Amino acid sequence: MHDEFRTLEATAESAGGAAPMPALRVAPSPHIADPSLTTARMMIDVLIGLAPVIAMSVWVFRWYAVLQIVIATLSCLAAEALATSMRRRALTLGDFSAAVTGVILGLSLPWSAPWYVGVIAGFIAIGLGKAVFGGLGYNVFNPAMVGRAFVMIAFPGALGAAAYQAQGVALHVVTEATPLTLAKQSAIATDWWPLFLGTVNGSLGETSALACLLGGLWLCLRRTASWEIPASIVGTVAVLAGIGQLVRPDSPMTLAHHLLGGALLFGAFFIATDPVTSPLTFRGKVVFGIGIGVLVWLIRTFSGYPEGVMFAVLVMNAVTPLLNRWVYPDPLGGPAPAPKS
Amino acid sequence: MSAQATVPQVHSGSLSWGVHPDDRKQLSADAPIEVLPTPAQVRVPLLQHLGAPNEAVVKPRTAVAWGDVLGRSDAFVSAPVHAPIAGKTARVGAVTLPNGRRVAAVPIKADGEQVEGRALFDAIYGGPWPHDEIPDDPRAIVAAVREAGIVGLGGAAFPTHVKLSVREDRPIHTLILNGAECEPYLTADYRLMLEAPEPIVAGALAAARAVGAQQIAIAIEDNKPAAIGEMKRAVAGTPIRVVELTTRYPMGGERQLIYAVTGLVVPTGGLPLDVGVVVMNVGTAAAVARAVLRGKPLTHRIVSVTGEGIATPKNLLVPIGVSYAELVACCGGLTPDATRAVAGGPMMGFTLGSLDIPVTKGTSGLTVLTDSTIKKAPETNCVRCGRCVDVCPIRLVPTRIALAARHKAWDIARAYHITACIECGCCAYTCPANIPLTQLIRMGKAELPRS
Repeated sequence: MHDEFRTLEATAESAGGAAPMPALRVAPSPHIADPSLTTARMMIDVLIGLAPVIAMSVWVFRWYAVLQIVIATLSCLAAEALATSMRRRALTLGDFSAAVTGVILGLSLPWSAPWYVGVIAGFIAIGLGKAVFGGLGYNVFNPAMVGRAFVMIAFPGALGAAAYQAQGVALHVVTEATPLTLAKQSAIATDWWPLFLGTVNGSLGETSALACLLGGLWLCLRRTASWEIPASIVGTVAVLAGIGQLVRPDSPMTLAHHLLGGALLFGAFFIATDPVTSPLTFRGKVVFGIGIGVLVWLIRTFSGYPEGVMFAVLVMNAVTPLLNRWVYPDPLGGPAPAPKS
Repeated sequence: MSAQATVPQVHSGSLSWGVHPDDRKQLSADAPIEVLPTPAQVRVPLLQHLGAPNEAVVKPRTAVAWGDVLGRSDAFVSAPVHAPIAGKTARVGAVTLPNGRRVAAVPIKADGEQVEGRALFDAIYGGPWPHDEIPDDPRAIVAAVREAGIVGLGGAAFPTHVKLSVREDRPIHTLILNGAECEPYLTADYRLMLEAPEPIVAGALAAARAVGAQQIAIAIEDNKPAAIGEMKRAVAGTPIRVVELTTRYPMGGERQLIYAVTGLVVPTGGLPLDVGVVVMNVGTAAAVARAVLRGKPLTHRIVSVTGEGIATPKNLLVPIGVSYAELVACCGGLTPDATRAVAGGPMMGFTLGSLDIPVTKGTSGLTVLTDSTIKKAPETNCVRCGRCVDVCPIRLVPTRIALAARHKAWDIARAYHITACIECGCCAYTCPANIPLTQLIRMGKAELPRS
């Protein structure tokens, strides 16, 4: 459809010389491209960045983690294949974007979620979250979070606070509630070291601050994720939680809980940084990050939910097109002069 | 204007935007400048610059000597063209330039005694360049430059005497010689700085006197240490400073260079003289020296003939108007896998549909690319990764502008400052989705309604 430039390439006649000339083609500049940058490479970067998170979740939750991640990823891949074939488009599994959605979705589920929750979440994520908008690049909301939000509402029991906690399971870590639920409902403060390491209860990928930092910082170094987004999210939550702690020193939701507990780091590095659903420019990214930080803190502090990363990201996703129109830089030499009429 | 009160000191500089492509200059960097044997025929286009076209002033079948005027115009923004070889003219015909423009050209068939080989190189770049013979009167310098038909040799081909004609309300404080040569592959300026630094220095002094600049800088990217060393040696005893630039495309863009070297920002839609700076390519400076000190016109230039598609890449001193095909033949011809011949460098150059096109004053190189070096991956959807925003040296949002241009949403394209784009190609170079961003923006600029 949009191939005005490809059709522009035309074989031109060769000139002079006895030897047969290679056909010279014409095309507009630039004629070279950075070979190391492709969309698929960016998605593979995200998968590599997720590796420490996956490893930590498998270590903490054993085969429950393996199962959830595999179910969610396969569902997303199947949904992507179905959606593209329904639209009679070339199969797009090769860009790895569906795989990234699947892994992030799997990591955002609790260990106990039944298999069909992962399957439904995967199909909703790709189907409603991405395909209906026109596929990769056109979606407004982070697909994984769309899928998770759907199953959270459809299966409140499977994703509510109670779903995380169980007795009589071989895993010791799941006998206690998640750190944020503990803090919020029982006013019990978990030590910061297990929070940092990740040997606590929670959604599969969120427990280990260490793993999220490792993978996330690598993503930022590769510039696949924009550092502005996690920096402004974490910074905002740190400032608000710090003030909160000063005002109410006895609260079990300490600064460390806000930063290391729950999905803050996982969300900041891996979910909010989805380029499709986050702003384009430096200022836009900072505003976006601050918005998520404020919403996370508000939801955690004042709402009935112990955690708010998912809703915060979805809300700011919705605002992103507006942010893209609102904050963009002036050109280096100032705005272009108005056309002479 | 009070700008004169605070003249920023020139300094070594860097750019935080732009890209860093593999420069592939090693293909031709070590090939000394070679003089192309006088071709049997040249076709000298009457319009090789930005501005008004020339009228032919020679009749067909007239004998012309090297340096005779072939065409001129009374318009101020114009530059005459001269015979690059001795010979006999033919009837004015039309040629298609790399940018697609069809212009009139004067053909000359070589005839009689020609200056060849080393003698030609020495006539143009050799010998003494006495600084004390530069006229004191700026108007004399400008007149000599205008008569010599000198235009910017970096590629834009803007008449140099226009740049050197200072306006009362726009005093010039700094002259920057552009030796960045930031386009990948090209090595013409590099070889000139190595092999003929003296005329560059003399030309810089003459141009600075013409505009009344207090300071002169020669700016060179740090991937050319030999050229930096050679120029530093050549400027000894003059007020000229050699400044090193970090290697980053598009460092050689006028706006980027001025920003890196002085910190001054040229207003969008404005010119360097708005901030008191004149920028001139090093090759242009050498031509200025020859015009001012020897009264000789611009008839030859150095062209890098390079790329993986050229059998033996070389830097050639060629007469203006010679066919690209002769340059290629002199370099051993094309390799079988050559697919794209680019006039200029691969980031901003124009492709040639045929090699039977004359070299013009603005031709800095011929880069022949092969299949393996050309961008070919299919276009996919924009994922808004923002890499184009990160690299844009003008701080635009290329993806928004390009997609607005594709959908002819002119209000959005204008709101995002489409006209400020310099078409450097960084965005399209870097796009992971292979969207032809620069090409779309260029098309949008051309189609943009006037109001």
